[in-house]
Amino acid sequence: MADITFKIDNVDIKGKPGQTIMEAADAAGIYIPRLCTYEGLQPHGSCRVCTVFVNGRAQAACTQPIAEGITVDNSSEEVQQIRKDIIEMLFVEGNHYCMFCEKSGNCELQALAYRLGVLAPKYPYLFPKRDIDASHKDIFIDRNRCVLCGRCVRASQDIDGKNVFEFVDRGPDKRVAVNSEAKLSDTEIDVTDKAVEVCPVGALLKKRVGYAVPIGERLYDNKPIGSEIENKNQSS
Amino acid sequence: MTTTPKDLKKEIADICKACGNDRSRLMDIVRDVQEKFGCVSDEAINLIASEVSVHRVEVESVVSFYAFLSKDQKGNFVIRVCDDIIDRQAGSDSIISAFEKELGINCGETTADGKFTLEKTPCIGMCDQAPAIMINDEIVTNLTADKAGQIISTLKESGDPKKLVAEPGDGNNGNPLVNSMVMNNIHQKGEIVFSEYVSGAALKEALSSSPKEVIRNVKAASLRGRGGAGFPTGMKWDFTRAAEGDKKAIICNADEGEPGTFKDRAILTECPDMVFEGMTIAGYAIGADTGILYLRGEYAYLRKFLEEKLAKRRENGLLGKNISPKKRLGGLLKSKSAFDFDIRIQMGAGAYVCGEETALISSCEGSRGDPKTRPPFPAQKGYLGLPTCVNNVETLACVVKIIEKGAAWFAARGSAGSKGTKVLSISGDCEKPGVYELPFGTTVSEVLEKTGAKDTAAVQMGGPSGTLVAANDFGRKICYDDLATGGSIMVFSRDRNLLEVVDYFMEFFIEESCGYCTPCRVGNVLLKDTLEKIINGKGLTTDISNLESLGKTVKLASRCGLGQTSANPILTSLQNFRTLYENLVKTDETGMNPSFDISKALKDSEKIAERKSVVYTTE
Ligand SMILES: Cc1cc2nc3c(=O)[nH]c(=O)nc-3n(C[C@H](O)[C@H](O)[C@H](O)COP(=O)(O)O)c2cc1C
Ligand code: SF4
Ligand code: FES
Ligand code: FES
Repeated sequence: MADITFKIDNVDIKGKPGQTIMEAADAAGIYIPRLCTYEGLQPHGSCRVCTVFVNGRAQAACTQPIAEGITVDNSSEEVQQIRKDIIEMLFVEGNHYCMFCEKSGNCELQALAYRLGVLAPKYPYLFPKRDIDASHKDIFIDRNRCVLCGRCVRASQDIDGKNVFEFVDRGPDKRVAVNSEAKLSDTEIDVTDKAVEVCPVGALLKKRVGYAVPIGERLYDNKPIGSEIENKNQSS
Repeated sequence: MTTTPKDLKKEIADICKACGNDRSRLMDIVRDVQEKFGCVSDEAINLIASEVSVHRVEVESVVSFYAFLSKDQKGNFVIRVCDDIIDRQAGSDSIISAFEKELGINCGETTADGKFTLEKTPCIGMCDQAPAIMINDEIVTNLTADKAGQIISTLKESGDPKKLVAEPGDGNNGNPLVNSMVMNNIHQKGEIVFSEYVSGAALKEALSSSPKEVIRNVKAASLRGRGGAGFPTGMKWDFTRAAEGDKKAIICNADEGEPGTFKDRAILTECPDMVFEGMTIAGYAIGADTGILYLRGEYAYLRKFLEEKLAKRRENGLLGKNISPKKRLGGLLKSKSAFDFDIRIQMGAGAYVCGEETALISSCEGSRGDPKTRPPFPAQKGYLGLPTCVNNVETLACVVKIIEKGAAWFAARGSAGSKGTKVLSISGDCEKPGVYELPFGTTVSEVLEKTGAKDTAAVQMGGPSGTLVAANDFGRKICYDDLATGGSIMVFSRDRNLLEVVDYFMEFFIEESCGYCTPCRVGNVLLKDTLEKIINGKGLTTDISNLESLGKTVKLASRCGLGQTSANPILTSLQNFRTLYENLVKTDETGMNPSFDISKALKDSEKIAERKSVVYTTE
């Protein structure tokens, strides 16, 4: 099928029919910030960090298909403000203490905040009371840090074939539950599951490996999040 | 209720079997279990999961989503007090206190003997007869606090909420299958919805032309959706018809959850046949054999009545296999094409977001009421993957009149861009709250005059997701191009505190958000907290601009119509009643905006420490 041509921030992009804006942007080496999307999993469209304006209308780049002749705004002040607001929301909604979190330096939420220039939130922290589940011998869940991206839910269902996780409740009470009456240790999860690997933050972690990488060598210590996509362009 | 685990196992197996052990009927299964056992316990969840072959957490996910379902044991009688703003203004607080006193429990609790549970619930669609409550499926209206004692003793003595109906309401509310004290309060009938109508006539007419002609007619009448979004109905039908697939579905949206809306209640009570006929015509036009009426849980009192109407239509050959109204109306009528079509009722279970069409479809499929990612749109891939058309109750009733009287007749009514009439539900500070069918183009002032509203300070047009209109705009017209409404009009007099109204609306959206996307799940909480900071006199001028910019983010970045409109109470009141805010905030002189409420924090810590602070004093 013929290529679809469109513009992101005045750059001409060629994409394939059926691609989302994010897929086409990735292939072109243009980074659109994201949190719930993970390569190899179905897009979720929940975090809304990837919001762009398509012909002036706000859309999630991870789920919106490309179309001939559209113009995508991925960088205006307005777009940036929305993304910053959303990152702030995620910080104040949970209990994120980056300075002593095992995920620090490898955390996508933290890295996004740095990249987007969110230094201190404008809005008061909500300090929710959330549960920790350390029942499993190799894995723990700290819901204080969960951003409800649904990566673990999808990975467990679609890749591990297990349905260990699912969302329960709604609105601000929404949270990730496990497929047992109470504990993670009563589920089929295994430390080698894809679900354990995909958490963007420090909510679903392996035991006994925290802080293994020294500061200075962690994933985002030297390069901002998204640079892997931007660099792809330069090398090809 | 004493059920040994063995009984539980058998009863749940039976319930699941009655639904064909079908995962997509999970809503019906968990509703039945809730009704029978007063909860869907962990044990029940395990049993359902194994009967229907799903993971237990999937069942838990569904149960935890809907307000009328619970893992915890509820009383034999669940009293749900309508906590809508109109009910609050009519004194629902005093009703709650009266029940609390009578039962010796707090709202949200169940009595020790397991008989009564007392809860609050958002708008149950009875604002014209507020304060109102639900007791199980029964509706009790026009309450006063002094009636609480009598209600409890009647329930204790008779064990039957029906016994509370001393005198049934008007119209079909008196039908033995409804037998409810609900009043229709239809104060003005129009030419389209509340008009004479012969069952089967429009369907016969439709069947004598081709589906394409039917759609052409609906288009020529310029019919637009009455559910709120105002999408051209004919175009939606065309898309669904054109989509690939042998099987298609039409869903009638009777979720009616927008606070202040109760017009579909009146239409379903008085014109159910017309609505079902509209659905059947839609089914014929788009090529659907499946019809679903999604009825909100709050309207369960209408269910038996509606089921019977459907049964009658089946008997008369107006539903089922080989539909041809010929059978009923004698050989006089010829029909070109017979087709198969039937309708089932899907009950909701307390979730406003399920009125959003993709969430509605999720719910019909037996899942959480999470909206779906678009594209694909329902017209391409909806209910169980079938091309699906979702239409409002009133839209489908209009279709019948278009077919009966012709597109030109219909299009001659109403205003330029908005043809026909609109059924409005009007409540709040007016003498005659109720249902009014008026031509599009009627002004707000005319509505206020008709309903006997005096000293009106503001009108909430279109429910919380709509616009708070100020007096200088009362000359504006009710139509798609000016003030659009799905039917809700709430009137507030000069005595009302409008910021309290706005605050209530935000509370509503927070409670009803599905929680899927960040801006709606978190943004609304932050908006409400900032608003309350202002209301409490702690706000600065920067808080007003924070409200504006945050409101904009929630509006633009949210995933579905709920979040995209949830900031409207704040944004439209800032636009039309800005001084209310400005009078409360202090100017920001230091460039600092404290978000930390020291006195609240102090109170919290004093509570934990169980003693007063010796250094600070709390107010
Ligand atoms: C949060 C939310 C709630 C809604 N509730 C209803 C409702 O109760 N009834 C309704 O007909 N439409 C409701 N809608 C609009 C529907 O999504 C849909 O547009 C409508 O049912 C289409 O029917 P129509 O074209 O005949 O109006 C709601 C939309 C949103 C975003
Ligand atoms: S806007 Fe987002 S969180 Fe709110 S109801 Fe819609 S999908 Fe759910
Ligand atoms: S990355 Fe698109 S919504 Fe999360
Ligand atoms: S540093 Fe982001 S969750 Fe821990």
